[in-house]
Amino acid sequence: MNEIKSYSEAIQYIKILLGDEFFGVDIGIIDNIVRMQRITRVPNVAPYIKGVINLRGEIVPIMDLRLKMGLDEIEYSKATRIIIIKTESYGKIGLIVDAVKEVVALEDEQIEKVPYDSTEENHFVSGVGKLEGALISLLDIVTVLTDKQIKEEG
Amino acid sequence: MDVSQYLDIFIDESKENLQNLNTQILELEQEPGNMDTINEIFRAAHTLKGMAGTMGYKRMQGLTHNMENVFSEVRNGTVKVNASIIDALFQCLDALDEYVSNIQATGDEGDNENSNIIKIFNDFLASKGESAPAAEAGEEKADKAEENKEAAPAGDDDHWRDIKYNDAQMGVIDKAKNEGKNVIGLTVYVQETCILKAARAFLVYKAMEELGEIIVSNPPAQDIEDEKFDLEFSLVVITDATPDQAIKAALNVSEIDRVAGGIVEVAAGEEAEAEAETAGTETAVAAPEEKKEAEPEKTTETSPAPAAAPSKAVEKKKPVVNRTVRVDIEKLDDLMNLVSELIIAKNSLVSAATTKGSGNNVNEQIEYLESVTTNLHESVMKVRMVPIESVVNKFPRMIRDLQKKLDKKMELYMSGEETELDRTVVDEIGDPLMHLLRNSADHGIESDVKLRKERGKPETGSIWLDAYQDGNNVVIEVKDDGNGIDIEAVKSKALEREVITPEQAENMSEQEIINLLFLPSFSTAKKVSDVSGRGVGLDVVKSKIESLSGEVDVKTKFGEGSKWTIRLPLTLAIIQSLMVKVGGEKYAVPLGNIQTIESVVPDEIKTVQGKEVINLRGNVIPIIRLNEVLGCESLRQENEDYVVVVCKKGDALAGLVIDELIGQQEIVIKSLGKYINKSKIISGATILGDGEVALIIDSNALI
Repeated sequence: MNEIKSYSEAIQYIKILLGDEFFGVDIGIIDNIVRMQRITRVPNVAPYIKGVINLRGEIVPIMDLRLKMGLDEIEYSKATRIIIIKTESYGKIGLIVDAVKEVVALEDEQIEKVPYDSTEENHFVSGVGKLEGALISLLDIVTVLTDKQIKEEG
Repeated sequence: MDVSQYLDIFIDESKENLQNLNTQILELEQEPGNMDTINEIFRAAHTLKGMAGTMGYKRMQGLTHNMENVFSEVRNGTVKVNASIIDALFQCLDALDEYVSNIQATGDEGDNENSNIIKIFNDFLASKGESAPAAEAGEEKADKAEENKEAAPAGDDDHWRDIKYNDAQMGVIDKAKNEGKNVIGLTVYVQETCILKAARAFLVYKAMEELGEIIVSNPPAQDIEDEKFDLEFSLVVITDATPDQAIKAALNVSEIDRVAGGIVEVAAGEEAEAEAETAGTETAVAAPEEKKEAEPEKTTETSPAPAAAPSKAVEKKKPVVNRTVRVDIEKLDDLMNLVSELIIAKNSLVSAATTKGSGNNVNEQIEYLESVTTNLHESVMKVRMVPIESVVNKFPRMIRDLQKKLDKKMELYMSGEETELDRTVVDEIGDPLMHLLRNSADHGIESDVKLRKERGKPETGSIWLDAYQDGNNVVIEVKDDGNGIDIEAVKSKALEREVITPEQAENMSEQEIINLLFLPSFSTAKKVSDVSGRGVGLDVVKSKIESLSGEVDVKTKFGEGSKWTIRLPLTLAIIQSLMVKVGGEKYAVPLGNIQTIESVVPDEIKTVQGKEVINLRGNVIPIIRLNEVLGCESLRQENEDYVVVVCKKGDALAGLVIDELIGQQEIVIKSLGKYINKSKIISGATILGDGEVALIIDSNALI
């Protein structure tokens, strides 16, 4: 309880690992974090959509965040997790990440906004947080979900 | 009082009552004298008024009150219904419907007073006493009417003439006449600026009472006291004074605009003399007749307005109330019982699990649990099912209105209103059905009666709406004995619009040409009419029905009529399906789409025009390799026979090649969600017993 209280001034992020970089996902939009499970492939969809899973009776589409971010596909390990996020326009969507680390709290002054630049590969990132010498790129989930992959279109 | 919590109930019940009124008034139109119907209408109108009043919807209450008044008089036998008042009543129902729609959309009834309708009602009440018999039992009074027409200049100040007397009053009048007293009818007009109408009326009353005895008043004395009258009221007085004296006495009261009056004649024959006496100064039948001609016109003029208004309101704001399903209490009891059984099953399972060495017992309990859950599932589904009655009930009224609008004689026959469908389907099916019915009425039934006779058909066109259950489907048919579809006209229209090329037109079958009608912006109506024919329509019907996982097709014979058939799944949520394996993945194919399952030797697959086909008992049908469509590797061995699932879509067939059959299973359809809902061949997903997700293949999209 105390811990949570001390964070109350700041926004909490779940720190996730993707490749060799840490990313932060706003805890407010996270519904759940589940282990890797059997994914049913859906034909004729974008390559980064891995398929759908059964989340307690609900069908939830799953996206591989590595593929979406332009990283290479790796084999899923024991550390692989699916972060289920809740969105207003699409309902629940799962994101496959390499590992989930911990909850961090970042205050405004710890976050450096990055200018939006669609040509850069880091345009899914809304800001960079600095915590104990490490950098955490904060994911802009809306862009992650809505942004069409440029490669795919071409 | 805060009544918002009752809003849902109010809207539901108002709609029910309005529907009831619509049906009953239609019946009344057929049998104007049926007391049961009149009583039922009165009851429904009264309930509606009471509810509107409680909820604080003053305008709605006012309008219903006026309608109720009409029926109160009709019930008492003082006035008779006729065609124009039926029209006005329907107009009134539309207006009430508008109030309800407004309330549903915004929580407010809107500010349309509908005073024109109220006025028609009041005029009716005031005038019907004589004009109704004049119109309906015309023969009886024909002599009198003629006489009057010659003698009387028109003017409609004499509403007192329209008062109808009951037997007791007639007796009193007769007696008074025998005693040599004057029976004087008066219609008093209060000035428009008058503030205390009731007080003025009271003074007139008092003045009349000084002269003699008031035997009838219209509206009733109580209503006058409550100021429930417009600007005029009528009285009948038995007095020694002459009509002129009485009129003078009434005019002595201030703020009275004018007074019309004369000797009351009770029955035509006896009172010929009295009539001759008054005819010069007063009106006769001509005025009400004029009014009657005017009324239907008014109806047509004003009806589009209320119809247009609610739709606007609905679009503007989100409905303030949620949709509800009314559930039969028995269904709920069933559910309750099943839930208690479920709890018992759980408890037995717990005790079986904690008792050692009871392996068999656990299995037994699991079986029990299985049967309970299956039943529970069925019962919950039943709760969602509602009869299509609620939708089709409004159609007789619509056809009646169309009949007047299009000036064609037609009759709607309905059957199977009790057929049940999922609530969501029932909600959506109304518009497509309405469209098809309008289509039949407008384009189907010939407007030329002679043509119908030549074709050996009765003068009155028939439209049928039949619903019935057929296996796992519900079939709704809209049929007419009208013109049918002119295939040549469709073809030339299609060519003109460049929908098809001349070469294509050559090779198309009749059915294919007819199917062109379902293309967007295709209407063969020569004239764009109010009823149908704006070129939006059949394609909307088709897409709507397809969005409900149904299908629509049409059979027609030129000159004889056409039949539209809508086929809908019984429920959207649960279907019987065939589970198959393709490339190691499990898929479900809706059983309703499957015709047969065939085992095909590899040699039997032939290639025609680059497409693979098989010859199935004389039918050449294309085959689709599901693994290619789904983008996975087939696990079929090289020389193994192909397993082909033959699916149908309307009259078209296609064979889906799969790897392996698993079996038949009842599946619960779940949406894939908006995020990846772009795949056309996948209509949804389901969760299998082991928690795995299987996708549902929409064979219709493949054919």
